[in-house]
Amino acid sequence: MSSPINPAFETDVNAADQDLPVVNAEDIRIWYGTPKGPVRAVDGVSFSIRRGEILGLVGESGSGKSTIGRGLLGLLPPGSVIDGELSFKGQDLLALSPKERFKYRGRNLAMIFQEPLTRLNPLMRVSEHFAETLRTHFPKISDEEIETRSLNVLKVIGIPPSRWLAYPHEFSGGMRQRIMIALALVLQPAFVVADEPTTALDVLVEAQIIKILHDLRENFDTALLLITHNLGIIAEACDRVAVMYAGKIVEIGDAVEVFSNPQHPYTQELLRSTITLRTDGLHSIPGAPPDLIDPPSGCHFYPRCPKPMEYCPLAEPDMLNVHGGASRPGSTDAACWHLQLNDVPADKRGPLERDEIAAFEEA
Amino acid sequence: MSETVTVPEAPTAGKADVILDVDHLQVHFKLRGAGLSRILGREGGIVKAVDDVTIALKRGEVFGLVGESGSGKTTLGRAVLGLVPITGGLIRHQSLDGGAPVDIASLKGKKLRKHRQKLQMVFQDPHAALNPAMTIETQVGHPLVIHGRAKGAELKAKVKSALEHVGLAPAEQFMSKYPSDLSGGQKQRAVIARAIILEPEVLVADEPVSMLDMSVRAKILQLMLDLKQYLQLTYIYITHDLATAKFFCDRVAIMYLGKIVEVGPTAEIFAEPRHPYTQALLKAIPDVDPSKMVPRDLPRGEIPDAARPPRGCSFHPRCPLARAECGWEPRDLKAMVDEHWTRVSVEQFEKEQALVGNLKELNTDKLKVKLEPAHGGSVDELWTMFENIRTENPEEPLWRGVTRMEKVKDGVVIEFAKPAEIALHPVGNADVSCVLY
Repeated sequence: MSSPINPAFETDVNAADQDLPVVNAEDIRIWYGTPKGPVRAVDGVSFSIRRGEILGLVGESGSGKSTIGRGLLGLLPPGSVIDGELSFKGQDLLALSPKERFKYRGRNLAMIFQEPLTRLNPLMRVSEHFAETLRTHFPKISDEEIETRSLNVLKVIGIPPSRWLAYPHEFSGGMRQRIMIALALVLQPAFVVADEPTTALDVLVEAQIIKILHDLRENFDTALLLITHNLGIIAEACDRVAVMYAGKIVEIGDAVEVFSNPQHPYTQELLRSTITLRTDGLHSIPGAPPDLIDPPSGCHFYPRCPKPMEYCPLAEPDMLNVHGGASRPGSTDAACWHLQLNDVPADKRGPLERDEIAAFEEA
Repeated sequence: MSETVTVPEAPTAGKADVILDVDHLQVHFKLRGAGLSRILGREGGIVKAVDDVTIALKRGEVFGLVGESGSGKTTLGRAVLGLVPITGGLIRHQSLDGGAPVDIASLKGKKLRKHRQKLQMVFQDPHAALNPAMTIETQVGHPLVIHGRAKGAELKAKVKSALEHVGLAPAEQFMSKYPSDLSGGQKQRAVIARAIILEPEVLVADEPVSMLDMSVRAKILQLMLDLKQYLQLTYIYITHDLATAKFFCDRVAIMYLGKIVEVGPTAEIFAEPRHPYTQALLKAIPDVDPSKMVPRDLPRGEIPDAARPPRGCSFHPRCPLARAECGWEPRDLKAMVDEHWTRVSVEQFEKEQALVGNLKELNTDKLKVKLEPAHGGSVDELWTMFENIRTENPEEPLWRGVTRMEKVKDGVVIEFAKPAEIALHPVGNADVSCVLY
């Protein structure tokens, strides 16, 4: 960690590491304690992200997508437990002490939050925000170095250097979000989590921010986890997409492939219920997401699935390649018994008789 | 769909089927100046949140108000209900009961509250719109109690019927519950039940689905369509989401900085958007089809400060199609120099900033400015700097508005073209406010 302060410091990567994933998560579980019992907010999630890759994490509220983002950075609230394997460039992050993890944040792992106004200090100039960030991680950095490094990042993000001494309130919402992104990037982290970075923004500004995120790999070579509920943003900005439902990833694969040929019934239904400019009829998924204190047995989606089989409530499907066998890069993985029919007993393949979903269970 | 709802005895178009006539409506807010200017008696300026808007709302239609935050769409919606002080214009409501039209803008106090039974609102955030300490039964029935229209068993029966109308059935399951027991979609249904329980004629729905998950949005929109049919409602649907507006509305008005820039039948606006702002909005929506990418040449910047709107067309500083007469002014030059500085090295920026100073002279309403070199720089250096900026990007729309850039003895003079008058005028079946038409 005693690397010199220059644009090429980039922690301890050597050329051989180039193809290794920056972040590798295996069977991550994050539970929250509540008086009614543990909430299984994230329940056995695995994925990896490479250098310069953007993975989109999409799901409805309560699916666990934000919890994953915070879990990766070690920013979970008290009363939560994380288990599984989480490695950053080969280092097991979950084995580190809180102090050691703190050192990883900022320089290696960074986060872009949703509400830029609440994250910037109204009494500090832009310059002071950058000075604070850089000084925390490089105590010996000079004033000139702070200014040069910050202005270079701000330029790429589209903030004119003439605003260096301005206060947050002098900027518009989109500009503040740009400053937030620049504050994360000035430390040149290898991995960034962006949690709903455009939710509070207008559509034209949103397009500008998506463009900036999309260009991150060219400008900074950063691996990015983009968390959003907006499928359009995923299709626009991401290389790969993971679809979450009730604490689990149900489908993960190349973004173009998943959107043009969705495999899991939940992905299919979610795409159908999204209202776009081409929508000519309304479609919605019946029922509501399950209670994660006591989730349904077997596949969590079977109570709302349009084509459940008798076997679906009995056992949980694994994440497997949709063409059969183990996961392969460049091809979609999904967890659905319909895609793994060979493992379903022949007498359990009939349609499941379900109680009709009562109105009071509707979302 | 809307045709079936139209009042049968008024088959001819015209004033007869207009339920709400918004006529040159203005909602201006006075800003308080800073401490010193207040002592000196200076005015703090005015924000024209709604600036001269005219809409004729037809009975039974869904009228969409679409725009970015700060466009004035919510203020306009609230003005229709008399929830914000109106500074000019009329809002004539022709009630279904056949009485004389009522001007909401001139109603106050008790009379306004009484009349508001006919105009109700559905709020954006169902988590904030419900009182967490009231049961669903109490808050859905509250409007009836406030207006003294029902009590006891009758009240209960009406609440039950309203809840069933919005799909919260069986109603007994919900009446004793608190908002925290309900999901987001169920809360929004309760908010809608509270809005329809007074049997209103017009419902103003301010982003009713934007806080909800994708899979729930369609359910709430479907509910609103069913209710419209069943209760003969007229909707004002306020949104920033063009996709739902396209599906949901019969007519849409696109708003920008307090003004309507384009208004017309939904099908026409979406098939052939004419205002450059509408065109940009439509292109900017991220599509779930990965083969359709958002173009990269979208308008720069953001919606400007409403306290000091741009001269001429408010959209001109962001407009890719802007022409000479769109209202270019010295402030735009400052923005362009700023943008130029994001493309140059830090050293060049520092050198150029020392040369031009803080560009305060550009903060003027005049059409002609003279820039003088600061910090001992020469006029020639200043001239070269602007020449370079111009050659760097000659396609920059601002240069179309510059009629003269000249080197004089002690500085550089830049003069802008006179802005043209712009107003809504008919193009096809829509009305557009743009110099291109």
